[in-house]
Amino acid sequence: MSFNIVVLAKQVPDTRNVGKDAMKADGTVNRAALPAIYNPEDLNALEQALRLKSKIEGATVHILTMGPARAAEIIRESMYRGADGGYLLSGREFAGSDTLATSYALACAIRKIGKVDLIVCGRQAIDGDTAQVGPQVAEKLGLAQITYAEEILDLSDNKITVKRRLERGIEVVKGSLPILVTVNGSAANCRPRHAKLTMKYKHAATPSEKQEAGNDYTDLYDAHPYLNITEWGVNDIEHDIQWLGLSGSPTKVKQIESVVFTAKESKRLTASDSEIESLMIELIANHTIG
Amino acid sequence: MNNIFVYLEIEDGIVGDVSLELLTKGRSLAKQLNCKLEALAAGDKLDSVGEQVFPYGVDVLHLAEDKRLTPYTSLPHTSLVVNLFKEEKPQIALMGATSIGRDLGPRVSSALFSGLTADCTSLEIGTYEDKKAGKVYENLLYQIRPAFGGNIVATIVNPDCRPQMATVREGVMKKEILDPKFVGETRKLEVSKYVPDTDFVVEVIERHMEKSKLNIKSAPIIVSGGYGVGSAENFKLLYELAATLGAEVGASRAAVDAGFVEHERQIGQTGTTVRPKLYIACGISGQIQHIAGMQESAMIIAINSDPEAPINQIADYVITGTIEDVLPKMIKFYKKNSK
Repeated sequence: MSFNIVVLAKQVPDTRNVGKDAMKADGTVNRAALPAIYNPEDLNALEQALRLKSKIEGATVHILTMGPARAAEIIRESMYRGADGGYLLSGREFAGSDTLATSYALACAIRKIGKVDLIVCGRQAIDGDTAQVGPQVAEKLGLAQITYAEEILDLSDNKITVKRRLERGIEVVKGSLPILVTVNGSAANCRPRHAKLTMKYKHAATPSEKQEAGNDYTDLYDAHPYLNITEWGVNDIEHDIQWLGLSGSPTKVKQIESVVFTAKESKRLTASDSEIESLMIELIANHTIG
Repeated sequence: MNNIFVYLEIEDGIVGDVSLELLTKGRSLAKQLNCKLEALAAGDKLDSVGEQVFPYGVDVLHLAEDKRLTPYTSLPHTSLVVNLFKEEKPQIALMGATSIGRDLGPRVSSALFSGLTADCTSLEIGTYEDKKAGKVYENLLYQIRPAFGGNIVATIVNPDCRPQMATVREGVMKKEILDPKFVGETRKLEVSKYVPDTDFVVEVIERHMEKSKLNIKSAPIIVSGGYGVGSAENFKLLYELAATLGAEVGASRAAVDAGFVEHERQIGQTGTTVRPKLYIACGISGQIQHIAGMQESAMIIAINSDPEAPINQIADYVITGTIEDVLPKMIKFYKKNSK
């Protein structure tokens, strides 16, 4: 029996290690200065999917990502880690999407994929930190959702049992398939799989990448169809154009400012006994402490 | 119609602080827009919700009492909010940026096709000009939030879709009672009219919630450590100083990520926002995302071995030295002089 898992993943600029050159003088983000990485919580999601794949006979894991041509990188990376393949949704019609337009496009793509038993994705992406796309995709597909998942505990009899990690505790919930699960950063890391997978999928590519490379590897791809990464443009999915891109995005950015803090005039002290003591005396005297 | 709605988070019949903070903000926005402030409570044991929230200036409280709505699950609460909003057509809807609000908000926004901005740090009313369409919108909600890891602050608006939805983290807004004697109107909702039985598909089979033992948000003094503290072992020095001063221990994201302290202590955009009267930053370099969560402290002391650490710019006192050297001295001289 087939069991199809789709992992929603995103390639993001690494906002966690932002250097001085990451912001341009005009206050906009210099994307070129930020390395593009696999969104961390999407890797946690992939791990949960791969664990199910190893337990359920006939289970497949496919990645779905929306982004520019280079986002195929994370599909390949997923294949190195054990995924069966993936879909890249790409095109200028998707540009300027906020979370709603993004989730609409992803939902259309999932319908096109067909029978999907389980959708997993990271709780949120580090470039926006919104945690909106998962629940919005679920809503668009009319599916229930389990957010903040730390571990998928069980999957049997068409039911999934999930441990959730919340601010002040944990919850174990049970839902019916198909369902969408968003995975927390506190979940298990995506451990590297066998190096053989990297060798096997090294040449996996989208049609655009094959064209770009210019080499005629037709034989290779004919002989090994698993090396083909599916690439869909707007016309490959059934859609209503008004819900895509800018027109499908109810939120508009009015203004962007880079963050500047007003510097205070600081008193500089050394760590000498006398200076620390006079500071403590001063703080006690003005009732800041004590 | 056209009012401001706040979705109330309720645990054991008690309305969460994050919701009271949103009511306080909602009250001031409602005054500016000359509209009403409404609140929605869903679950069981809602008897005392009215007396808890009316002092914050709630004009209309909607009560959806049904055992099945506690604990929170996504679909029934979504249907309740969506169907109520279809009737009431609020112009603004606010929710906590919590595991509930961030589960519910996106579903509601998707169902209503209305824009939602997550984790706002400021909400204001203002004008927006769409130059391309040649249209000017008055009295829009400015949803102001950090983006790109806190390196930029974006102002987001939802010109055409209603409600304008936003989530806000706990501790970001201040909660303030408007009038302890204020009493608004209570409206009981017939839950079955809003929530189909088929929504109860996810079952909560186990639940362990702890009341937060920490109260970093309201601590008057915070001793906070960053990656520069070096280890969980060295954090003991911070706990010692905190115990001496009657303070709470906080941390930067780097210290939490490194495993020196638990996540609950994290201060900054992805943690708690604090405004103590004294903030002692130990070994914290001062990433924007941290500074944004503590810059409103009345007094800031930065202890750093690096004299050029960015946090020094916003500090009132900069002590250049190591944690191991400075903290024991602070403890010693506090004890010596405090009597």
